[in-house]
Amino acid sequence: MDLSFGPKYSAFRDKVRTFVREHKDKQPASGSAPKSSGILNWQALLIEQGYHSRTIPEEYGGYGAAPDIIESRIIAEEFAREQMNTGLGGQGISMLTPVLLEMGTEQQKQQFIRPSIQGKLAWCQGYSEPGAGSDLASLTTKAELDGDEWVINGQKIWTSSAHIADWIFCLVRSEPEAPKHQGISFLLFEMNTPGIEIRPLVDMTENANFNEVFFTDVRVPKHQIVGQRGQGWKVANAILGHERGSLAPPDAANARLNGVIRLMQQETIDGQRIIDNPVFRDRLMKLQGRVMAMQYNDMRLFSSRINKNQDTKLAGMVVKLIGTELRHEIEGLAIDVMGEIGLSYGDNPYIRGNGSWQYQYMLYLGLIIGGGTSQIQKNIISERGLGMPKEPKIETKRGA
Amino acid sequence: MEFGLSQEQILLQDSINRYLYDQASLDVVREIAAGDTDDKTIWSGLAEMGVAGLMIPEEHGGVGLGSMDAVIVAECLGYHVTPSAFLSSAVIAPSVLLSAGYTNDLADIAAGTFRVGIAFSEAIGAREKAGIVVSESHLSGKCLFVLDANADAYLIATSEQSIYLIRSDAAGVKRNQLTTVDKTQTICELILEEVKAELISTDANIYLKALDTGRVIQAADTLGAAQCMLDQAVAYANQREQFNRVIASFQAVKHMCAEMAANLEPCRSMIWYAGHALQAVPEEAPLIACHAKAHLAEVGRFVAKTATEVHGGMGFTDLVGLHYWFKRIGCNRQLLGSPERLREDAARIQSLI
Repeated sequence: MDLSFGPKYSAFRDKVRTFVREHKDKQPASGSAPKSSGILNWQALLIEQGYHSRTIPEEYGGYGAAPDIIESRIIAEEFAREQMNTGLGGQGISMLTPVLLEMGTEQQKQQFIRPSIQGKLAWCQGYSEPGAGSDLASLTTKAELDGDEWVINGQKIWTSSAHIADWIFCLVRSEPEAPKHQGISFLLFEMNTPGIEIRPLVDMTENANFNEVFFTDVRVPKHQIVGQRGQGWKVANAILGHERGSLAPPDAANARLNGVIRLMQQETIDGQRIIDNPVFRDRLMKLQGRVMAMQYNDMRLFSSRINKNQDTKLAGMVVKLIGTELRHEIEGLAIDVMGEIGLSYGDNPYIRGNGSWQYQYMLYLGLIIGGGTSQIQKNIISERGLGMPKEPKIETKRGA
Repeated sequence: MEFGLSQEQILLQDSINRYLYDQASLDVVREIAAGDTDDKTIWSGLAEMGVAGLMIPEEHGGVGLGSMDAVIVAECLGYHVTPSAFLSSAVIAPSVLLSAGYTNDLADIAAGTFRVGIAFSEAIGAREKAGIVVSESHLSGKCLFVLDANADAYLIATSEQSIYLIRSDAAGVKRNQLTTVDKTQTICELILEEVKAELISTDANIYLKALDTGRVIQAADTLGAAQCMLDQAVAYANQREQFNRVIASFQAVKHMCAEMAANLEPCRSMIWYAGHALQAVPEEAPLIACHAKAHLAEVGRFVAKTATEVHGGMGFTDLVGLHYWFKRIGCNRQLLGSPERLREDAARIQSLI
């Protein structure tokens, strides 16, 4: 066990800390529009200093540093310490960019990476369909080649940010005769292409976090494909793995748990502070123990990225399942602590934390389901983690 | 930065496991549980490998390893449900005696020829109005649920968290073994009448540090036992057939195993960190010790129940012997502070109450 980063990194940490101290007051105001000059200038500054897009090559608009997991960790830690704005995220930056770097053509890298990381080009992800959720590979949105263009027909669902995205990266069935995993292609196209209709999908939080997207004879230039025809499943899997762990970071769970502690110290019932109620306190401490276990699990996963000899396959597979359930329970405790006040949502004079406890409580139920349901996670853990056999296949009418 | 076991620690783990596979098989455990023999042969074998003196410095006859190494050994012992004096004589006792600078018996403890049992129950939370009265270095009263019914001496903590040492053969000591569900660990009561004792410590910190260490090591024992139950459940499901399929191919069974693995795997990191914190981050140790033991008690109980269910009716029988692990986990849960009490301690450590 050696949990220090060593002297080599202390100078780097000092440098990051100095930047954070000097720029704390220069961050864009919270709630700024995604493409406002405040956001774009901040993003440009972070990239220039190497605090965003750190390992993306300079020729594509990044900072161009050699990958160093510890440096990235230090940046994250120092920014988090001061709750500093870490710049833009979103699916174009976190998911598409790594894929293009690995599998895109030179022309695609040149065209897309720079404006994406700069925040000038916003993306959405077209994967799930009404008939293809947990069984994503059974998707049926059709792409047929007509001369130099793909013609796309079908429907996507759960498409977050579709209404503000400039482009979409989209999985389509291009080889209907091939086995289901080998008939999918990964296409890129503009959201203002004729034939695309976007309908907001209001969810239980009363927000439209997602959309439905309909394609009717949408024509896309043939070369706007990542990888070869029929290779789209491989491309999609590479980035889904990337998404799963990031849905439930334990440090964020810990920050929320600390929020519940403060809430319990402030809220009272019959004049008694909730923290002095042993039943609530026991629930709180139980959750704290579970959060700690996930934080050390995360530490071990981080270590295994530096020390390749460590086997942490199972430790990585459990993060999404445990992390989302845990978060749902943390938010739920906060609601229970408040009693009737916990019901407040929207415009209500008694609301606490801007309604975030109810909102996150519901949102995390959505995340238990999204990004691979808990049941799918359990299949993955039992099959790939514990070596148990797959459920025997039943003949399907599609024959796939 | 490396969060994990060193090469030496992996070797230690391998050699302990190999010894236990050979010398402490389930058949041997069954004999000890039935009272046909005791754990002395296993303990002297483990002592030869350095386990009894694991945490005792070389100058006192031990091997001078740390709490992280003790965690690894405890995980192995739990995995094999090994009857031994490890928690009491090799972990808690050396912690107390070294902190207090009382080195007289350390060489014998390290050799495995002198076993020290632990009577902390009344300091942790007295039941049945048990407790000890001290009068001019003589102890009278009753200690319940004392670790190790075969020990040569006992460390007794008073409700003021002072610690005394008594010899088992001293005049006025009456020792009754208490039968519990878990036959792999021996528990006794001590009834003392004017027993001559040596005062080891009046420093509450010495008691608390030993207790923290004991709690982490006991949680590591639960981790090992629960891991073994999960491994057995997966192996059983992979060979048991019903409806012309191995039952491991049914999602209902797979999901039970996945839930066990998902809850248990992060525990390994938690226990490793706790073992590390005891020796390297002492300011964090009290909180992580409470949480580690409480959390492992909960996850352990879940795994113990679920793994038994995966075995179906066979899990309920004595034939498979799964109940030894079930009971070991259950016993670890109650000793040295049950989870509810530990979570209250955790809240107190953070000044929440």
